[in-house]
Amino acid sequence: MSEALQPSVQENAATRQGTLAESATVLQVFLEFLLIGATSFGGGVVAYLRNALVAKRHWLDDKTFVELLSISQSLPGLNATNMAILVGDRLRGISGAFAAIIGICLPGGALMFAVGMFYQQHGDHAIATAALKGVAAAAVGLILATAVQLGKRSLERTSDLVFVALTIVGVNRLHQSVLTVLAVVGLVAIVWYRPGQKKPSMP
Amino acid sequence: MKEIPALCRVFAYLSLLTVGGGMAAFPEMKILTVDVHHWLTFPQLVHIYSVGQMAPGPNMMMIVAIGEWAGGILGAVVVVIAFFGPTALLTFSVGRIWNRLAKRPWRSSIQQGLAPVSIGLLLAGCFTLAKGAVTGLDTATIAVATLLILLKYKINPALLVLAAAVIGALSFVPK
Repeated sequence: MSEALQPSVQENAATRQGTLAESATVLQVFLEFLLIGATSFGGGVVAYLRNALVAKRHWLDDKTFVELLSISQSLPGLNATNMAILVGDRLRGISGAFAAIIGICLPGGALMFAVGMFYQQHGDHAIATAALKGVAAAAVGLILATAVQLGKRSLERTSDLVFVALTIVGVNRLHQSVLTVLAVVGLVAIVWYRPGQKKPSMP
Repeated sequence: MKEIPALCRVFAYLSLLTVGGGMAAFPEMKILTVDVHHWLTFPQLVHIYSVGQMAPGPNMMMIVAIGEWAGGILGAVVVVIAFFGPTALLTFSVGRIWNRLAKRPWRSSIQQGLAPVSIGLLLAGCFTLAKGAVTGLDTATIAVATLLILLKYKINPALLVLAAAVIGALSFVPK
């Protein structure tokens, strides 16, 4: 497959820093992220980001994209906005980071502003309440599906499942604040996987 | 106007809880926005969060609606800055020094340790949402059907949520 790649892609990968800096202006960064922010319906913004930044624009190669994604996932904040900050900074420094995060938030934010006003006026109509009841139920299914898909990818050991369970019990049963649970279970988990521990070999 | 400082505090705090995604902050968001500050009711929060799943972009833009209800346009702007500012700054700083951090052995321990905790937080948030959203056999059926369809077929989730809205409007209107 890599044989079929255009020469320009290989050039891009080879002279990454130089070519990238010239290939994107702050306005282009803003518009690209605005487009992603306006079209990424149904969650999973990461797939839209990869499609636009790696496949379409060649602003990043896949390796860099995955690396930035792993930074995004190890820090608090949404993947979508963390990626916007990191990619924007790579492309155009601090103004690129600003352009990217504003771009990706603007369409959804404007839409939810309008939805909020509409809901305030019409949310208690019988049909609206009935539709929202369906929407909320589907949202539960959607989040469960996300959890299952993430779990399949990143939960490999019994200890992983124990930490998942401890987290849920801490928040939902013991009614501890998310911050406490994050600090306690998170710390135990990090120490559990401390450097020097052998990873079990993949089955 | 008087709610602005509280909005700023609450959403800046919630911002730091969003490990692994926005849902992680949901249980705390319910306590702070509903029980403590009474900016909205729990059913309203469940509704607006769920509708927010259909919006494009970062999936927590529903916070804009809470900000607007509690503090008007200024409230909406404050909430966005408070919710995205702290984590944006953190990510920006860590992104700049990442290559130096990358060689530290503890980095992979942090990634391995946080992965199960963030999935746990996602599920904990989901259960809090479910308490308000899954109220009977009818809503449970929609939730399970959505889950199974998404696991089995590659389909845009926004379409399923939209379909659930139509099913709800057709069948849940009280007689």
